[in-house]
Amino acid sequence: MSGEILLEVKDIRCGYDGVPVIHGVSLEVRSGEIVAIIGANGAGKSTTMRTIAGLMHPLSGVIRFDGADITRTPAYSIVARGLAYVPEARRLFSKLSVRQNLEMGAFTVKDRGEIAARLDRAFQLFPVLKERAGQIAETMSGGEQQMCAIARGLMSNPKLIMLDELSLGLQPSIVEKVLETVVEIRNQGITVLLVEQLVQEALEISDRGYVIQTGAIVHQGTASELLASPEVRKAYMGM
Amino acid sequence: MSLFFQVILDGLWAGLLYGLIAAGLSLIWGVMDVLNFAHGDFLMVGMYVSFFLGFLFKADPLVSWVASGIFLFLFGMLTYKLVISRILGKAMAPLLATFGLSMMVKNLVLNRFSPNFRILESTILEGRSFMVGDVIVPLPQFVTSLFALAVLGLLYWMLTRTRFGWAVQATALDGEAARLMGVNTEKIFLLVFGIGGACVGIAGGLLPSYLATHPDVGTLFSLIAFMIVAMGGFGSVPGALVAAVMVGLIESLAGFYIGPVYKYIAVFGIYLVVILIRPKGLFGW
Repeated sequence: MSGEILLEVKDIRCGYDGVPVIHGVSLEVRSGEIVAIIGANGAGKSTTMRTIAGLMHPLSGVIRFDGADITRTPAYSIVARGLAYVPEARRLFSKLSVRQNLEMGAFTVKDRGEIAARLDRAFQLFPVLKERAGQIAETMSGGEQQMCAIARGLMSNPKLIMLDELSLGLQPSIVEKVLETVVEIRNQGITVLLVEQLVQEALEISDRGYVIQTGAIVHQGTASELLASPEVRKAYMGM
Repeated sequence: MSLFFQVILDGLWAGLLYGLIAAGLSLIWGVMDVLNFAHGDFLMVGMYVSFFLGFLFKADPLVSWVASGIFLFLFGMLTYKLVISRILGKAMAPLLATFGLSMMVKNLVLNRFSPNFRILESTILEGRSFMVGDVIVPLPQFVTSLFALAVLGLLYWMLTRTRFGWAVQATALDGEAARLMGVNTEKIFLLVFGIGGACVGIAGGLLPSYLATHPDVGTLFSLIAFMIVAMGGFGSVPGALVAAVMVGLIESLAGFYIGPVYKYIAVFGIYLVVILIRPKGLFGW
């Protein structure tokens, strides 16, 4: 089912204030896939995503998206190219309403009719957000905020959406629901790159996965290969 | 009783002017966490623009405010581009840099235009007033107050009702998340500094109708504006307006009923009380 390569990360090295955090990560995502990046806390998963999203730039290496080199492209133009990033801890605009948050997601779109159509689609995917449209974002529950964050990411109508630690701070029943939505998003034709600490849950909905450890990829393969791998099971699933 | 209303109204005019001056300071702080120490000098520059347009070309402040507003809009953006953008987010640096800018602008004006008080003569509003019952309403202060309400209303409308305003709010709340939405936050910062400058520029443009222009004229206004911004809640434009009117009223009431020398003691005393009870200000987040 997977198509051509949509996102290609080639040997990127990045760091904060000159201290390297990522030592040569390479990965690729083909259109139509759900790909998971898994690994422990502090392994460099979020840094990889932040670099792809353009919030920081790699010291070396290349990032290509949809045929174009986006290694040095600023974050605000990357989203316009069709690559959305739902950051860790949701990062909603806390004092704005749900509706304003969602509309901000389509900030690069000027056409009011198009924005309204996308808003309708977001409300279809998450009916609870329609009920909460006027509510101030920070007053919602964690699960609702996460749905709002995903919906805000989808408002830019991305080809690829990156979801960072969706499960963070959510109770297990909500996590399951949110992960079901990820499958639904892919079924709508949007490619998904996912970062998760819940390794088993993430791999169960993914096609392929990369295991990252202290800033480098140590395993990769199809989700079922990784689920069956003794090293992965031992290191991340406590089995 | 009419004396009481006179005092209240005088306080209201002062308060609305303070609100107009503080709005830009509040906006800039709210969006980029920069306390612009040169804010009072922006006001002073606006007054000089208006004064010289009146002195050299007989332009009335009722017209010159447009020029002052535009001049300070550009001056604000230039300040951002040349100074702030290079040091944004580096701890104390923006504070110290704007302090330095304040010194530089003040002394440059002192050097070029002397410390003399300059008064614009025969402006349209000068010395005019009207009566409401027994209460005298001075026209220059009244017109400036109307401007203050209009500018603050426009600013509030822009922030809450337009997509640009939402982008400004989003940038203030979480700059990184705003960039992920496609907002060029650099451009927002640049424009916000310009808009903050324009607000105080409009105030500066109007003031020569009833206030002498000199290099140090911004200092007290700047101090009061800082207090208003802290009291109203950093970054809240409605908060700044409410706090400004409060300050104007306290100043006027204390000045009349206790004595003119005590008015700033009363103002800063009440400021201390407010901050002790509500450290984040009246409307703070």
